[in-house]
Amino acid sequence: MEAVIRQLSQTLRDAGASRAPLRIRGGGSKDFYGNPTAGETLSTLAYRGIIDYEPTELVITARAGTPLAEIEAALHDNGQMLAFEPPYFGGDATLGGCIAAGLSGPRRPYAGAARDLVLGVRMLDGNGADLKFGGQVMKNVAGYDVSRLMAGSMGTLGVILEVSLKTLPLPAAETTLHLNGEEAAAIRCFNEWAGTPMPISATVWRKGDIGVRLSGAHAAVEAAAKKLGGELVAPAAAAHFWRALRDHANCFFAGDLPLWRLSVKSTAPPLTLPGETLIEWNGALRWLKTDAPADAIRTAAARAGGHATLFRAADKSAGAFHPLSPALAQLHRKLKQTFDPAAILNRGRLYAEL
Amino acid sequence: MSSLDKPAPIDAVRQSKVAAALRAFLPTSAVLFSAEDVKPYECDGLSAFRQLPMVVALPENELQVQRVLQTCHQLQVPVVPRGAGTGLSGGALPLGNGVLLSLAKLMRIVEIDPLARTARVQPGVRNLAISEAAAPLGLYYAPDPSSQIACSIGGNVAENSGGMHCLKYGLTVHNILKLRAFTVEGELIEIGGDGLDAAGYDLLALLTGSEGLLAVITEVTVKLLPKPETAQCVLAAFDDVVKAGQAVANVIAAGIIPAGLEMMDKITTGAVEPFVNAGYPLDAAAILLCESDGTPREVAEEIARMTAVMQHSGATEVRVSRNEAERVRFWAGRKNAFPAAGRVSPDYYCMDGTIPKRALPRVLTAIADLSKEYGLRCMNVFHAGDGNLHPLILYDANKPGELARTEEFGARILKLSIDVGGTITGEHGVGVEKIDSMCDQFRAPELALFHAVKHAFDAQGLLNPGKAVPTLHRCAEFGRMHVHGGEEKFADIPRF
Repeated sequence: MEAVIRQLSQTLRDAGASRAPLRIRGGGSKDFYGNPTAGETLSTLAYRGIIDYEPTELVITARAGTPLAEIEAALHDNGQMLAFEPPYFGGDATLGGCIAAGLSGPRRPYAGAARDLVLGVRMLDGNGADLKFGGQVMKNVAGYDVSRLMAGSMGTLGVILEVSLKTLPLPAAETTLHLNGEEAAAIRCFNEWAGTPMPISATVWRKGDIGVRLSGAHAAVEAAAKKLGGELVAPAAAAHFWRALRDHANCFFAGDLPLWRLSVKSTAPPLTLPGETLIEWNGALRWLKTDAPADAIRTAAARAGGHATLFRAADKSAGAFHPLSPALAQLHRKLKQTFDPAAILNRGRLYAEL
Repeated sequence: MSSLDKPAPIDAVRQSKVAAALRAFLPTSAVLFSAEDVKPYECDGLSAFRQLPMVVALPENELQVQRVLQTCHQLQVPVVPRGAGTGLSGGALPLGNGVLLSLAKLMRIVEIDPLARTARVQPGVRNLAISEAAAPLGLYYAPDPSSQIACSIGGNVAENSGGMHCLKYGLTVHNILKLRAFTVEGELIEIGGDGLDAAGYDLLALLTGSEGLLAVITEVTVKLLPKPETAQCVLAAFDDVVKAGQAVANVIAAGIIPAGLEMMDKITTGAVEPFVNAGYPLDAAAILLCESDGTPREVAEEIARMTAVMQHSGATEVRVSRNEAERVRFWAGRKNAFPAAGRVSPDYYCMDGTIPKRALPRVLTAIADLSKEYGLRCMNVFHAGDGNLHPLILYDANKPGELARTEEFGARILKLSIDVGGTITGEHGVGVEKIDSMCDQFRAPELALFHAVKHAFDAQGLLNPGKAVPTLHRCAEFGRMHVHGGEEKFADIPRF
């Protein structure tokens, strides 16, 4: 396996010498995400496999090319999970892509995001240097937190080789409820519920339908289900429902209209934008299917305390990601220069100038 | 860095020039430079390292912070940011040629949003003050470093502070949403957002725990959580530390994430019991404190499972707190372990390594062997759930050679933490104290990258220079926390 790293490192050095861009790719499940990027494909698939997994340490370490499904199966066998509920968007998602994209699923507001559960990374920077940050322990404040910086950096700062993630036990009990409510009322309910000790692990609203998942100790789940009311969803149907939501495989996400992801303050009132909305994360995540102009959407997202990503669209000329303030844009350029001085890694995938 | 280094002399001409420039926009009382006035700032919680700052600036608002930074940048004066000064690694140690920028006067809770469960606070707000302000709403701020009655949120962010409950509720980095901060040039940056993520690189993670080297924080938006309705604690005694270590693993293996899971060895319980009368079983080789919080039914269910695991793991005695007073008493000894060390020994020296839990028997056995080898007692207190070990080496600095032996003992414990796959610091930070041990943990390429990150934010190295990351030249061993004869600053606040 170290030979694979030497090969990857050599490829980076060669590309750096000729300033030839590289497009880092795992399973390709998120090819659609971000801005288009040019260059030879640098595949991480050969560097795969679980390196270390000790359930009582609550830590798993695996190589970037390991299929996410393989990791989750290993965890499941030991009664554990990746609590950020990573989306797959297809069957071939790998750990490296999962962390580089930094996306999290329905459980995110309650159990943390991908970046929250990252404990350490081994990576190659743009010069091909083999670097290790963080580690396999829960608490570690030695050095800057480069591991978490890698999460969501879209491969523009380095090639992730290995990741250590915190794992958590599977909940003892899980129940899904179906309720009804209009958008503004649902947002209010989600936030009120989140201020109580109920063990909510997912929320969704779409067109008057509310879904709530409860996960935790039997007693807590039962008590919360009683308190919330609504109708119980059969376990198999519920599992299918949340998986489809996580992977954008339900009918809301079908069709050709541009799909926007608005990450906003959870209490922000309904956004008065044309198109269809689906709400998750207690109101902090709003999916919008619309052909409204990018500027209007980004203005609305910013006004709601957040940012808007053009998540899926045939035309990404408006830029996939929300523009940065000049001060932050400058820091981004300097960090890019630090990690990847020849600017060969996923050029433009995050922002045109990176 | 050595605690024996001579303090740097102060250039009087430069000092009056800088003070005059700051007094152009700060009140006279907010710019200190006489030796007597700046003396209280000569060290933080790591009092073995002392240095008078050239000038202390005490801005009262964000605009003044910005102008201090702009002025210092213009004059090319290094700046050391400081919150409450309770840090244990010398991260706020002043510079003899620098301005100490105290954020202590920025102590306003700007806004609490009960529905969104957030609080927007200035950096000088004390950690506990946030929870106190949120309590009437049934909310609290989860990270609870032991110094929470005194430490400030700005410093918590700079150090990525943990606490007793991080296994379940996370560190500072997991509990903040947004920062307002200023670069060394005095430019405002807003990082994070009111949502759960932000566009671009995760600068929120990068700044958290950056020990004041990248930016100066002027406002923090923190998440608030609903206060658990109740909490209960299991006290389990073991006749063998290895069995206690195994019990910790068994709790996790049973799918339980305790609200707190702490271990104390026999020397520790023996040292604290006379002071707190917690009723610890003093014949036990180690005791575990395992806490559950949540709704009463949830807690009852979890406590039953915890008790069963302890019994199956061979506990010689298992007690469950019957009421809040008893729960507090169970914890009293743990929370007073550091002060107790100061009472049973003229000096003690605290380490802060984190290790994988499976290495615990090996590490504890090795520490016991080293203790014999060096002829020095060592108390072991341990955030067992997350592997964060605080060995307290007891020594007497007045006995010739004992300090040197202590330092060598400590260095070997840190080295051991790295060897078993852990880290030199779990929550106290590197500061000046562990800067040389960074050379053990990281290789030159990683250290070079840290310097490059620093350079991206602060090309001239004016913000808290000399801390956290060693230069590639200086990689040699040194450092640690020393407390002599109760001279520790904040000796009266609990440390764990």
